[in-house]
Amino acid sequence: MIFDTVKQLLIEKFGEEVIIAEEPNQKQPALIIKADLIADVCLFLRDHPQTWFDFLSCLSGVDYGVEQQKFGIVYHLASIIKNHTLVLKIATENNRDEENLPSFKSISAVYKAAEWHEREAFDMLGIYFENHPDLRRILLPDDWDGFPLRKDYKTAEQYHNIKIDL
Amino acid sequence: MQNTLSHKYQDGLIAYQNKIKAVAAEEMVLNLGPQHPSTHGVLRLELITDGEIVKEVIPHIGYLHRCFEKHGEALNYAQIIPYTDRMDYLASMNNNHAFVMGVEKMLGIENDIPKRVEYIRVLVCELNRIASHLIAIGTYGIDIGAFTPFLWCFRDREHIMNMLEWASGARMLYNYIWVGGLFYDVPVGFEDRCKEFIDYFKPKMQELNELLTDNQIFISRTVNVGILPLDVAINYGCSGPMLRGSGLKYDLRRVDEYSVYPELDFEVAYAKAEVGSIGDCWNRYKVRIVEIEESLKIIEQCVEKLTKEHKRTKEFDPRALCPKKIVPKAQDFYSRAENPKGEVGFYFIADGRSDKPFRIKSRGPSFCNLSVLPEISKNVMIADLVAIIGSLDIVLGEVDR
Repeated sequence: MIFDTVKQLLIEKFGEEVIIAEEPNQKQPALIIKADLIADVCLFLRDHPQTWFDFLSCLSGVDYGVEQQKFGIVYHLASIIKNHTLVLKIATENNRDEENLPSFKSISAVYKAAEWHEREAFDMLGIYFENHPDLRRILLPDDWDGFPLRKDYKTAEQYHNIKIDL
Repeated sequence: MQNTLSHKYQDGLIAYQNKIKAVAAEEMVLNLGPQHPSTHGVLRLELITDGEIVKEVIPHIGYLHRCFEKHGEALNYAQIIPYTDRMDYLASMNNNHAFVMGVEKMLGIENDIPKRVEYIRVLVCELNRIASHLIAIGTYGIDIGAFTPFLWCFRDREHIMNMLEWASGARMLYNYIWVGGLFYDVPVGFEDRCKEFIDYFKPKMQELNELLTDNQIFISRTVNVGILPLDVAINYGCSGPMLRGSGLKYDLRRVDEYSVYPELDFEVAYAKAEVGSIGDCWNRYKVRIVEIEESLKIIEQCVEKLTKEHKRTKEFDPRALCPKKIVPKAQDFYSRAENPKGEVGFYFIADGRSDKPFRIKSRGPSFCNLSVLPEISKNVMIADLVAIIGSLDIVLGEVDR
């Protein structure tokens, strides 16, 4: 089972503390990784001949709710050669202040596909990615205020004198 | 810059603005789109050009953003299906199918779905795949100056539109595949009409091949243009005809073996370098042509099954398994399927209490396929850039969601 193999390989390479928790009973088992190490973990899993996760299917930013004060990223990796998939998660505490955005390491150097997905997470959820080559808003205009997919987002009344009517 | 975000988070925007300011005197910044017909919708490309040579392409997207993910959090699962129609509006059935499969797997009812329902789903998805590829091919012709294939493709696509309208009631945005079943059984006589369509359409494909695929002008415009190497394609998350056009035999219908695809006989089309180099525009185009032929094979087999083994019966109710209220257990799940454009994915987080997803994220294949454009269009002619954009076959509804 690839999930156990990955777990073992990661512990051998990075030590016990790399895996914070795991969700083995899900339909798609997930590993919760120490947030600082995510870029190294992805690079290692991409290039290791046993795992060979060469394809980033999806990268989703998640706001876990107003009570939780927690933001996370979920990575769906796939291997074309080996035909298996893996879910990695990272998370961080954050007080939702615009001066202090939740911040993670970018994996766009490992998977170029992450570049636009990370821009989307920044745009929609206000999650900052360190070492990203081109981090600016992607779907919304550059002068938009706020992050719409946050659970506490309030719709602005107007945008450039255009009334926003819901 | 007028937004209130702290400057320490705006380094990307500042770097971009400085780059545009610092364009050299002999270079020119040229806007292509968002209303340009060759950008296939509302895509805006900022080109830094030196004469006719494109030095850099900066895509700007979001003009068609309709807050799919935000809406999804406020609606229950059955109500989201019509929104998935509007993502890739040229292949709504395929989007419906991917979404519905994900919800069914979360509920754990994916093995209870009657075979007849699954065959009808595959049948309409493959019809829609042909329609989508016909648009890709027709508009690609018009991008590089061939007007006739565009009209021919639209004429043939109209037959499919009429058939799907007959089945679902809508011409393009169907909301036909439901969680646990279908909106309705296919109408009486639908199978015969499929057969008629196949008989009609096969010679038309021959004509289309003579007109476009083997056309010397078309070949000159597309061969060795916009070569996408396989490693770049994989790293950028390209999928569908983009990935197969780079020579990899990878199709989720075969890899994941979802629905009834394992029971069906078809080949996965991929580039074999008959003409030009693997990964160029012509090969991507050719993959779509071959996929149309393979889809016709699938339709023939589905019709065969639907008229013999899984015949229409009076008791058959396609809505019998549709849950009244969809409340999945607390979990998160990523569902993926092969859309005409590539891997369409939905990531759900269900909290276990409500009938609305806590978070829904959609991965549009066009979104990832488009992100490779700046990489493969460095130092090409502007006219070739138009040929490259056309060969990506993007739908902006899905890029912007």
